[in-house]
Amino acid sequence: MTALSLNNLDISYGETPITHGVSLDIAEGESFALVGESGSGKSTILKAIAGLAPEWTGSITAFGKSRSHGIDRHFARLCQMVFQDPYGSLHPRKTIDATLSEPLTIHGIGSQNERVEAVMASVGLDRKFRFRFPHQLSGGQRQRVAIARALMLEPKILLLDEPTSALDVSVQAEILNLLKRLRREQNLTFLMVTHNLPVVSFLCDRLAVMRQGRIVEIADVADLKQGALREAYSRELMEISATHAA
Amino acid sequence: MNTPLLEVDNLRVTFPTPRGDIDVVRSVSFTLGRERLGIVGESGSGKSMTGRSILKLIRAPGTVSADRLAFDGIDLLAQSEKQMRAIRGARISMVMQDPKFSLNPVMTIGEQIAEALLTHQRLPRREVGQRVKAMLESVRIDDPERVAKLYPHEVSGGMGQRVMIAMMLIPEPDLLIADEPTSALDVSVQAQVLDIIDELVKRKGMGLIFISHDLNLVSSYCDRILVMNTGRVVEECEAGELRNATHPYTRGLLAAIPRLDETRDELPVLDRSAWANS
Ligand SMILES: Nc1ncnc2c1ncn2[C@@H]1O[C@H](COP(=O)(O)OP(=O)(O)OP(=O)(O)O)[C@@H](O)[C@H]1O
Ligand SMILES: Nc1ncnc2c1ncn2[C@@H]1O[C@H](COP(=O)(O)OP(=O)(O)OP(=O)(O)O)[C@@H](O)[C@H]1O
Ligand SMILES: [Mg+2]
Ligand SMILES: [Mg+2]
Repeated sequence: MTALSLNNLDISYGETPITHGVSLDIAEGESFALVGESGSGKSTILKAIAGLAPEWTGSITAFGKSRSHGIDRHFARLCQMVFQDPYGSLHPRKTIDATLSEPLTIHGIGSQNERVEAVMASVGLDRKFRFRFPHQLSGGQRQRVAIARALMLEPKILLLDEPTSALDVSVQAEILNLLKRLRREQNLTFLMVTHNLPVVSFLCDRLAVMRQGRIVEIADVADLKQGALREAYSRELMEISATHAA
Repeated sequence: MNTPLLEVDNLRVTFPTPRGDIDVVRSVSFTLGRERLGIVGESGSGKSMTGRSILKLIRAPGTVSADRLAFDGIDLLAQSEKQMRAIRGARISMVMQDPKFSLNPVMTIGEQIAEALLTHQRLPRREVGQRVKAMLESVRIDDPERVAKLYPHEVSGGMGQRVMIAMMLIPEPDLLIADEPTSALDVSVQAQVLDIIDELVKRKGMGLIFISHDLNLVSSYCDRILVMNTGRVVEECEAGELRNATHPYTRGLLAAIPRLDETRDELPVLDRSAWANS
């Protein structure tokens, strides 16, 4: 079954068009990467799906249901976002408990205590962190909180914007292992933005390469691993990544 | 022999806590010539604090001490705050880790770059606009006129980083401290931005301290590398030799990096039990 489908999506901010004719179909349980040029509109696509960039034409569909342009509660329960910046995305004066309970309150969901405990356990956060503030956590712990918050409503799709780019390689490994395990256990579907092609190799099944607001290529991760991307721009990214490898 | 550009001997950065003082940087010593020095290490290991202490930008109640901290023969610890202000930006500049916090949220990108330019030289208005545009182009921003009019929250993650780099390079400093300057850039733009920095190292003899989580990048881009763990330098090596590092901590970091042709189902992680007691 198709979990998420974008059809001919043109997103703009005011007068400025950002994406042009973006179309994608992501299967349930699939992990799909969006890579490409800085400023090409990757975060903007995730924001449009999450309802944070409302000026678009085309269609956004999750499990057969189209998204409206405004606040869409039904859609929010299906589809949650983890932001690019782990420092800015948590409210500095809210405890972890308050941050995790908030989406439940907004959606009128009960048994909050049990749910907060269960989600903290599933992302590997010790209970002792529950009443701490973000500044009392490390970068990796904060990113676990951000993932936990996205999981509170038991979504079926996670939109992940550079979930590990601000983390050191060891904490990155912990978060990548965590995401892999969550996907397996909860049959989640991922749409993940990243600049790091080795991360795509580890976590994803397919990737789309973007440049200047357009998708230039969609490929299987097997092609990336074998150095078999087709388009000149994709090959450029792949070859630079390969020369960095130790 | 000439005086090195930077001499750091027994650097210590201390913060008071309810449980007593803690040294977040301890007995760090190195010298830097007109070369590229990489600093790697896990989160919280003291990389940013080391960089900031060179500019004396550690906020109270934190304190900096050292047996010697000298830039171009100038004893930095003996400089007044006013003297430090003359050095910062003009002679030593630092690209901070988080551009969103370092940029002024209520000024457009163009105004901020113009301001950075004008603190170091006088220029007619018309020329300022042209220099701002040229600077944005040099960091590969394709539509500089539009971007100059945007506010920081309206640019992408990687565009914010490039704006910071443009601002720090405009005065052509003698020493650049770059804290995770390219973590939000795609590898192609990253390579071009690093070339611009490299050009200043080669042409002007600028010294570079490059702080990064990306061990592969640092080992291919820098000359020498320091590996930090809990405030100390645990290993120092030629950049090209990083993959042959021997310290178990460095080996642990290297093993945790995914590969382009990755086949492992799970990545190895560091055993933090030794220091995960807070
Ligand atoms: N609120 C906004 N108002 C106007 N323009 C915006 C706004 N937000 C983003 N943009 C513009 O949209 C374009 C795409 O930005 P986006 O953040 O989607 O890029 P990205 O592909 O995620 O890049 P990066 O990899 O650097 O994060 C950029 O040119 C940016 O300036
Ligand atoms: N105001 C403060 N009071 C007490 N400790 C602090 C303070 N600011 C920073 N620290 C501690 O100093 C240590 C070193 O921090 P630093 O920012 O240098 O780490 P880093 O190596 O740059 O990490 P990252 O890779 O996450 O940026 C950390 O353990 C941090 O918790
Ligand atoms: Mg982005
Ligand atoms: Mg830091």
